[in-house]
Amino acid sequence: MQHGRRTTPLWRDIRFLRIASQVLFLVAIAAGIWWLLGNLFTNLEESGLNLGFRFLGDTAGFPISEGIAYAPTDVNSYAFLVGIVNTLRVAVIGIVLATIIGTLVGVARLSTNWLVRKLASLYVETVRNIPLLVQLFFWYFAVMLTALPLVQEAIRLPGSIYLSRRGLYMPWPVVTPSFRIWAWYLVGGAVLAVGVYIVRRIQLRRADRPGLPIVPALAILAAAAIGGWFLTPGSPLGLDVPVLKRFNFEGGMWLSTSFSALVIGLATYTGAFIAEIVRAGILAVGVGQTEAARALGLRRSLVLRLVVLPQALRVIVPPVTSQYLNLTKNSSLAILIGYYDLLNVGTTIFNQTGRAVEMILLIMGSYLTMSLLTSLVMNWYNRRIKLVER
Amino acid sequence: MNGTNGLATKNQLPPPTERIPLLRWLKQNLFSSGFNAVLTLAAATLIVVIVYGLLRWAVTDARWDVIPANLKLLLVGTYPPELLWRVWATLYTIAFLLGGSARLHGGLIRRVATAGSAVAIALALLPFPLATRGWIAGVAVAAATGFGAAALATLGRSPRRTKVARRVELVAWVLSFPVGLILLNGVGGALPVVEGRNTWGFMLNLLGAVVGIGLSLPLGVLLALGRKSRLPAVRWVCTAYIELIRGVPLISLLFMASIMLQLLLPASIRPDLVVRAMVTITAFSAAYMAENVRGGLQAIPKGQYEAAYAVGLNGFLTTILIILPQALRAVIPAIVGQFIALFKDTTLFGFIAILELLNISRSVLGNLEWRGTIFELYVFIGVVFWALCYSMSYVSRKIERSLGVGVR
Repeated sequence: MQHGRRTTPLWRDIRFLRIASQVLFLVAIAAGIWWLLGNLFTNLEESGLNLGFRFLGDTAGFPISEGIAYAPTDVNSYAFLVGIVNTLRVAVIGIVLATIIGTLVGVARLSTNWLVRKLASLYVETVRNIPLLVQLFFWYFAVMLTALPLVQEAIRLPGSIYLSRRGLYMPWPVVTPSFRIWAWYLVGGAVLAVGVYIVRRIQLRRADRPGLPIVPALAILAAAAIGGWFLTPGSPLGLDVPVLKRFNFEGGMWLSTSFSALVIGLATYTGAFIAEIVRAGILAVGVGQTEAARALGLRRSLVLRLVVLPQALRVIVPPVTSQYLNLTKNSSLAILIGYYDLLNVGTTIFNQTGRAVEMILLIMGSYLTMSLLTSLVMNWYNRRIKLVER
Repeated sequence: MNGTNGLATKNQLPPPTERIPLLRWLKQNLFSSGFNAVLTLAAATLIVVIVYGLLRWAVTDARWDVIPANLKLLLVGTYPPELLWRVWATLYTIAFLLGGSARLHGGLIRRVATAGSAVAIALALLPFPLATRGWIAGVAVAAATGFGAAALATLGRSPRRTKVARRVELVAWVLSFPVGLILLNGVGGALPVVEGRNTWGFMLNLLGAVVGIGLSLPLGVLLALGRKSRLPAVRWVCTAYIELIRGVPLISLLFMASIMLQLLLPASIRPDLVVRAMVTITAFSAAYMAENVRGGLQAIPKGQYEAAYAVGLNGFLTTILIILPQALRAVIPAIVGQFIALFKDTTLFGFIAILELLNISRSVLGNLEWRGTIFELYVFIGVVFWALCYSMSYVSRKIERSLGVGVR
């Protein structure tokens, strides 16, 4: 303190250096961005373009072959929404399938059965080491568009499912007039189920006993649904079965070839990665844990549910989250096999309107939002199953 | 405790392996229970059906002649035939260096070099035109020459000469990067610039991977260090970059590079497609690399920093000499995984009209003579990528083991 008067020179003062270097860094970044933006405005001016999102209200004018109801006379913003919904559709179905495949294969890789184990690792090692785009092209161009028969000679699978180069046609439930009555039974059952769930949960909490309050709640819901079905006059749901007409099938649910190829490709590819994560997660739970739980007298099913799974999930969830995100982002490869996802619709709108900057902002923004939402949900889930430490 | 155990195991023999008779092995591994027997039969049926179908197609229906007939197009695209020696020269340079490294380091590198040479010799035995077979065999010769040169340089095994040789080796590897690019692309004068860079077939996949890997690793390390920086401004900018890039698909970045770059740059700068693709894939991969490296940085105990400062190292030297070597070592598998992903991602170049392997195969399919050979071509492409990616992950597992990561 007595040397207080001897001041450190500015260029050796760590506090000053820190602030100065940060200011310098930010100025350099800002200058770079300034330069890019300057170029952007000059270039836009030269080509007579301006910025603005008003074009989103113009008529789109191009067809989108699948997704929610849409006509070319709808506006650009609605077309973009159709693309977003299509991306979400592929992502959700793909994630569900990839999780199922990944769990099955991951468990199979740990099987005591030698053949099953080898088959599972063959699958994982093959699929993981071939680019996803090659696999998508294989499914789309080679399998869907070359190996499958023409629509007139469609393969008929049990249950009136037809497979051809036009895609997959299958029966789909449709709402009949009496559906309204049945819906009331469903709503009533749901309300009752929620009530039972809450009451049962509080009871269990008070008694400090483990148990699943969801089981009786689901049972009530199922009972209401089944009972209501028989009490409703007429059948509340009808089945729309596809029928081959002159050029194509009519009726039923249609899954296009590009959609099927995309879902199959994404699910098998991501499933292989998830399998490895599941395997690692199960291996991470020591054998001692299972043995100790068995020694305490827990049943096998309880050992799995109460001891192994909670610990394995803790290892599995974070990497699986990033696989889900990868799948969602990889669904953008749809554009290369003609599925109308958000990138494909976005680039089409760009081609129609020439609005590069705006469309890129919209596309990037949509993907960022989806990524952010997924990681928020998964982080919340992850925090719930996290190890509670002292 | 770890140390003593680690030392002791070196002198111990591995536990004796049990010899199990075939029947008991079958019972234990395939038919241990009724359920297992059913599984075995189901799996066996599946395998038989698939293998039989594949074999029948591969032997009777498949027109494999599409591959040799278009091999040059698939591998190097429109690279002028009279300039092909440059591609070979690049390959020979790499083989020469690999041979030299094999002599200087032994172990894994020697095995990689041996395997590479063996593959070259095996390919040279295939019925290609004689000149091609000569060129291919040259790869093995170059590797052997490199091995011999390194052996000569370290004659007598004096530590000083070995040290010098290793320095030279390191510089040579670093230099091989620009030298190879210059050789392939040309600079004018004696090495005229090769036109039509965006139609080089599989070479573009390899180049994209090598350039992307070579540039994204250092960039990723910088970003990871930036994200862990004590300076908030640096930390925020790096975090924002990493999270933004990781939140969007590569193909949307390629789309941006293809349409927005001419808006963001002055009219005088117009990078061609290949440069754009390489810059994009580097920028993309660097963000992922940064996250991998950050994982490694987080694994370093605080004591390492404190000890380094205590012996008087400054921040820069601490990072270079103490922290990074340990951090990178800990995440080698993740980094190699990222390399593999990057290599696979080079197939997306096709989206911006670059004729890499997958895209150029479509021009083969467009040829009337080869209509309907789609399965053959995709199987070939799949096998090529599979072989390279699988060997990369194999080598990574070996490195991991030889460094003792994960063994406690």
